[in-house]
Amino acid sequence: MKQLFITAIAGFIFGIGLSVSQMIDPNRVLNFLDVTGNWDPTLLFTMAGALLVTLFSFRIILKTSKPLLANKFRLPSRSDIDYKLITGAALFGVGWGMTGYCPGPAVASLGLGSINSIIIVLSIASGFLLHKWFFKD
Amino acid sequence: MENFAPLTGLIGGILIGISISILLFFNGRITGISGIMSALLSPKDGEWLWRFIYLCSMIVGVIAYSQIAPPTFAPSSSYPKLLLIIGGILVGFGTRLGNGCTSGHGICGISRRSSRSFVATSVFMLAGAITVLVIRHVAHLTS
Repeated sequence: MKQLFITAIAGFIFGIGLSVSQMIDPNRVLNFLDVTGNWDPTLLFTMAGALLVTLFSFRIILKTSKPLLANKFRLPSRSDIDYKLITGAALFGVGWGMTGYCPGPAVASLGLGSINSIIIVLSIASGFLLHKWFFKD
Repeated sequence: MENFAPLTGLIGGILIGISISILLFFNGRITGISGIMSALLSPKDGEWLWRFIYLCSMIVGVIAYSQIAPPTFAPSSSYPKLLLIIGGILVGFGTRLGNGCTSGHGICGISRRSSRSFVATSVFMLAGAITVLVIRHVAHLTS
């Protein structure tokens, strides 16, 4: 129960962060990726702001033996760089550049109630299902 | 560089960093939105609810903030729908194949100093920039 409360707090703050930084505006994202055009570096500051906190906090948090409300930290364990990682990241990047939406801002922007948000979330979900069907996992 | 907003960009980023730190410190979880989202499509024992609550809270956060400070940008309904649909499918497929997105690889992974995440983040940033270059300046599909 406490964990779910924390989950809600974390999600809420994440939504506020996406709003304040305007990362939920796909044009802001596309202008950030448009390095050869009229480049808008705002989201570079967003990434830096987030990393400023997490580079520091992860170091401290992961030194503790376990999280405050759970038995253990659930961290990805893989360290191999394979074709799936590269291909997946490349396909994601192309989709990101086509739409201006990555998964977080796509879901969050449902709160602004535009038709595009609904289209993008359904399309991303279709991509998940396509992957599931393709790799049968 | 019109609309350049470094201060709100930075503050928003710090809030995102705080949110990610809270989830790790209390619940031991990495904030990877593509993973949280896709797991909703294949419900597993007791793992479904927190993900659902997380995404809903994120939407509530956006709604709450829009009441205090209405968005200064207009949702552009004129954006080509086909680009949105094909691009969205690529985002979904690609983030599953590559095990993460901007939050999981770009922030959490880099903060764990994961070499996989460094590689993935460099690749999707580069691919995104090339795609925008092609769409806007070569093919002129959008302005």
